[in-house]
Amino acid sequence: MIIDDFLIRSCAAALAVALVAGPLGCFVVWRKMAYFGDALAHASLLGLALGFILKIDLMAGVVAGGLVFALLLFVLERQKRLEADTLLGILAHGSLALGLIALALAPALKLDLQGLLFGDVLSVSLADVLWAWGGALGVLAGLALLWRPLLSITAHEELARVDGLQVQRTRFFFLMLMALTVAVAMKVVGVLLITALLVIPPAAARPFARSPEAMALLASLIGTMSVLLGLFASLSIDLPAGPAIVAASVLLFVLSLGVRRS
Amino acid sequence: MPPESILIEASQLSLSYGALKVLDQVSLKVRKQAIVTVVGPNGAGKTTLLKVLLGLIEPDAGHVTRSPLLRIGYVPQKLEIPTTLPLTVKRFLQLAYDRSTVAASSNVIEAALDQVGAPKVLDTPLQGLSGGELQRVLLARALLRQPELLVLDEPVRGVDLTGQADLYDLIAQLRDQLGLGVLLVSHDLHLVMQATDEVLCLNGHVCCHGHPEAVSRHPEFVALFGPRIAETMALYPHHHDHTHR
Repeated sequence: MIIDDFLIRSCAAALAVALVAGPLGCFVVWRKMAYFGDALAHASLLGLALGFILKIDLMAGVVAGGLVFALLLFVLERQKRLEADTLLGILAHGSLALGLIALALAPALKLDLQGLLFGDVLSVSLADVLWAWGGALGVLAGLALLWRPLLSITAHEELARVDGLQVQRTRFFFLMLMALTVAVAMKVVGVLLITALLVIPPAAARPFARSPEAMALLASLIGTMSVLLGLFASLSIDLPAGPAIVAASVLLFVLSLGVRRS
Repeated sequence: MPPESILIEASQLSLSYGALKVLDQVSLKVRKQAIVTVVGPNGAGKTTLLKVLLGLIEPDAGHVTRSPLLRIGYVPQKLEIPTTLPLTVKRFLQLAYDRSTVAASSNVIEAALDQVGAPKVLDTPLQGLSGGELQRVLLARALLRQPELLVLDEPVRGVDLTGQADLYDLIAQLRDQLGLGVLLVSHDLHLVMQATDEVLCLNGHVCCHGHPEAVSRHPEFVALFGPRIAETMALYPHHHDHTHR
């Protein structure tokens, strides 16, 4: 029974991530924000390290790290001296380095760095599962509310602004949703692979979708299949779970190219 | 407060990017039912001027006054829809944001596409449109907002020659039918001159403005575009006027 329990918990946590990564990842792809996803994940690691040092809840640290990073970028993007891309590079790798330093300096640290970087879904607790589902459902609800304005500014930001849409507010809420998603996904695939789950399933879904909503649904479905495939491979031939899930999604992406051609 | 018939008025707009002065004390008025065309060479600040008027860019100095609750239909210079975003024309037009209504119904959208002469593209993905079709779809989107003022940035970009004339005719027609004010930016002088009521020649500052014929004789206009083009422009209004022959 013990084996069954841990299997169910892993599946449940990973499926929550796949579900939310589909639609959110579509916007990451449409808005060309893959790099931003990476940067956000790095910043979350710093948040986690600080959370550990300050002895607050680690997940709270991750969420706070992501939110502060999103806010910082949102404010800094208004300056014109540096390209957004460069700014992102500085913040991303700066916070990754600081996070790793903080983790190394933290006294009597029992954190599993490997798990943080590449995920440790097979060891999730019931609390982790509840976190994942709570976060995923929260993000999905927020995304549903934001869907139309977000789609509008993604199609053409200036047109949306002339129409009278609150572009800044919409972008801001979207960044918040991304920060939350990264926090939810961290335990499952790890800091370095989060962006993969955001980008690969939507990319695999694109050739089959005629509408934005269809693409989002299909991306969730492909994400779910990746999770099940990856976990199965992880258990049966003893692969690391996070990378196995991502590799499965890459496999599905390659298959999607073939199916489209035939 | 601007008088009733003025839709939008800019006064003394100035804007610099670093040392580069893009707009230098530019003033402009668009009245109801009038077509005002901004012409000028590349880099003259035409698009920047439109964006300031639309509220997309803050000027360093000067201000823009709009008639209260002015509804603007904007046709941007280009539409770069991400190739990864699956969006049909219909869906794109439904996204035209409006506080007071939900997404426009299929009938309304079809009527708007009909009006701009692009009735068959409803279910076409945006990425599959030709240049001319795309411009017409953008125009339909602007009309869906039931505007009092149409703002068009190079509306015939990427459209073939006959299509260009058609589009300008269409714009003039819309002005007559719907009583719109129209502000458009262009650098293809020939087609513009015949359809416009007022020309503003821009090169950072306003070189000259007024009736197309008067503008085309203005020394600064001649200096900017060369005597040959200016001459053709000056002759153009006489083209259909046989009493002058």
